[in-house]
Amino acid sequence: MEESYTVEKNEKVITKERISGSEALMKCLMAEGVDTLYGYPGGAIMPVYDQLYKYQDRIHHVMARHEQGATHAAQGYSRISGKVGVVIATSGPGATNLVTGIADAQIDSTPLVCITGQVSSHLLGSDAFQETDIIGISTPVTKWNHQITKAEDIPKVLAKAFFIAKSGRPGPVLIDITKDAQFEEFDFSYQKCIGIRSYKPVPVVNKKQIEVAAALINSAKQPLIVWGQGVILSKAEDIFKAIVEKSGIPAAWTILGASALPTSHPLNVGMVGMHGNYAPNMLTNECDVLIAIGMRFDDRVTGNLDSYAKQAKVIHFEIDPAEIDKNVTVDIAILGDAKDSLTQLLPYLEDKTYPDWHQKFKDLYAIEYDKVIKNDLHPTKEGLTMGEVINQINLETKGNAAIVSDVGQHQMIACRYTNFNITKSNITSGGLGTMGFALPAAIGAKMAAPERDVIAIIGDGGYQMTIQELGTVFQQRIPLKIVVLNNEFLGMVRQWQQLFFDKRYASTEMTNPDFVAIAKGYYIDAQKVTKRSELKLAVQEMMASDGPYFLEVCVEKEGNVFPMIPSGASVSEIRLE
Amino acid sequence: MCENKIYTVSIYSENNIGLLNRISAIFQRRHINIESINTSSSEIEDIAKWTIVVELSEDRMKKIIGQIEKQVEVIKAYYHKEDEIIYQESCLFKIKSELLFEERQIQNIIKDSNASIVHVNREFFVLEKSGRTEDIELFHRELKAFGIMQFTRSGRIAVTKDEMEISKMLRAF
Repeated sequence: MEESYTVEKNEKVITKERISGSEALMKCLMAEGVDTLYGYPGGAIMPVYDQLYKYQDRIHHVMARHEQGATHAAQGYSRISGKVGVVIATSGPGATNLVTGIADAQIDSTPLVCITGQVSSHLLGSDAFQETDIIGISTPVTKWNHQITKAEDIPKVLAKAFFIAKSGRPGPVLIDITKDAQFEEFDFSYQKCIGIRSYKPVPVVNKKQIEVAAALINSAKQPLIVWGQGVILSKAEDIFKAIVEKSGIPAAWTILGASALPTSHPLNVGMVGMHGNYAPNMLTNECDVLIAIGMRFDDRVTGNLDSYAKQAKVIHFEIDPAEIDKNVTVDIAILGDAKDSLTQLLPYLEDKTYPDWHQKFKDLYAIEYDKVIKNDLHPTKEGLTMGEVINQINLETKGNAAIVSDVGQHQMIACRYTNFNITKSNITSGGLGTMGFALPAAIGAKMAAPERDVIAIIGDGGYQMTIQELGTVFQQRIPLKIVVLNNEFLGMVRQWQQLFFDKRYASTEMTNPDFVAIAKGYYIDAQKVTKRSELKLAVQEMMASDGPYFLEVCVEKEGNVFPMIPSGASVSEIRLE
Repeated sequence: MCENKIYTVSIYSENNIGLLNRISAIFQRRHINIESINTSSSEIEDIAKWTIVVELSEDRMKKIIGQIEKQVEVIKAYYHKEDEIIYQESCLFKIKSELLFEERQIQNIIKDSNASIVHVNREFFVLEKSGRTEDIELFHRELKAFGIMQFTRSGRIAVTKDEMEISKMLRAF
């Protein structure tokens, strides 16, 4: 005898009205609380843009200058606000241009709903004009995707898309809608999705495991916490801080975990990984209990796995079961939302301090300060360093700005040296390492948090990958600050060429245009700094400006980022020079 | 590291367009060849059942099951060792009809192997046989000597000795 089961659960129906698929899409977006979206029009999505015209007082569409820019803007919007970023593009090249941003959102767990137009359903598979199999193309880089060929499917699929994008471990979803489905009329009603039978986004926390983990933590002599973006995504910053303070355990962060605990917190011992701080990397291989929270043991964090924390018992707090034992075999896995798990853990933890253990971090920091940090932040040699620019920004912002960095040397410097007082303040492309991310992401971030100072820190290479988004900044009059640290090189690649390829600088030196003139061409106030004596005033002028501002700082050409764990080496083989 | 072995994967999923792409991409990304793949209806209405055969280490198998289960439309995935399942494969042989009368041995082979003749005409006849991999390989070797016009073989289908509690999971939703 066959039973029948519920497939999806939705809220109750509110109203019904006869409208087109594209108008239904507007109503779906509004029902999900969407008021801003990023996109670019084109043939196969025109019915939707026609509705965006009609609903322009309720939905603000931001036209990017390239669809990739739209995806990064939506990412920045999401990363600073915790809301789902929404992107719209046409079929064919419009859709394929989304792929980089979608892949970036997938690996960095950013909730996006991307909507693409598609040729009419009778043309599918006929190699029609601007037809591309975006479902096939986007499959490996989306959490879920779906093609709609009938208007009546739009509300149900959109409801599912938003639910999937933001629940559990967030990620990007792509919905492809054929043009005929956008035109077709049907009886519309909308119910939010609240469950899907084949999908369990948040595992239930196992209370017994919490007790076992607490006992291990309480008995530790030299414990170390490494936290990641999971703390931010689950909005667990407060309970996380309480855990750190009660347990007295030194806590280090992955690049995407930055800002969840203020930089100035006495138990914040810095960044782990390839260009992380000396102490937490070295002491990863000395701790007796390693407590990983909302992080995934990325290879840039662990270095060589065969010599990563082998002496330690490992406890992993994680929402995604597929991450357990993926890279590091753990002793205790606590599946569940970080906020839930940490809330349950707190009462079991003993109040403790580890003065001797903490002293080791301080001693190693002193070595790093002497060999690296001092020269980065307070250089005495001629030639501006990236670090002193970040230091000057810290002084002006008091650590309250959101920093959106691109990819490369300046990114590592920005993440290492920015003072973060406020959570969700470090917006950067971590997993995919997407050059060109920062400028469009900063646009989205500033729009989602207009009350905050948003500063994009970009290298001269990455800047030129999405430089056309200055047009978006200008048209939307977005008062964000853009700092280009110009060393006339693809600096990180050049650093590797210097260290590992005998200084054969193949295709890394850049002949750059007049960046100030380009910014001014977009009517953006701009200036260029080449001397140390000009830096302070320039940063002050930038921060005092009411509108968008561009600051180019010419830094030393062949500066290197240290410390560094050479790829394939152990975390304890970290080099200071 | 652990050695490579044959594993049979069972997946229960929604029956949706595109899921095949998602599942096969999980193997493709890790440079793993799928030995055979079969999808069909399952014992539960509207739920698809997949049977995939792959050769890899148990360590990797476990991680891949995690990646499969992570897919939104997958209800549950399992992997099984050879002794945990009852499985069959099926094959078809197209052979010249004259051989059936000229080569007495063929008749004996057919009788001994429990194969059945599913079609006969003047030019050719078609044999069907189900069995385990090695049964089919043996049968193939025996017939090969006489000349085979066409041969094809299905992927593995399998049921497990232990229960797979899908209905219970769906009822709990």
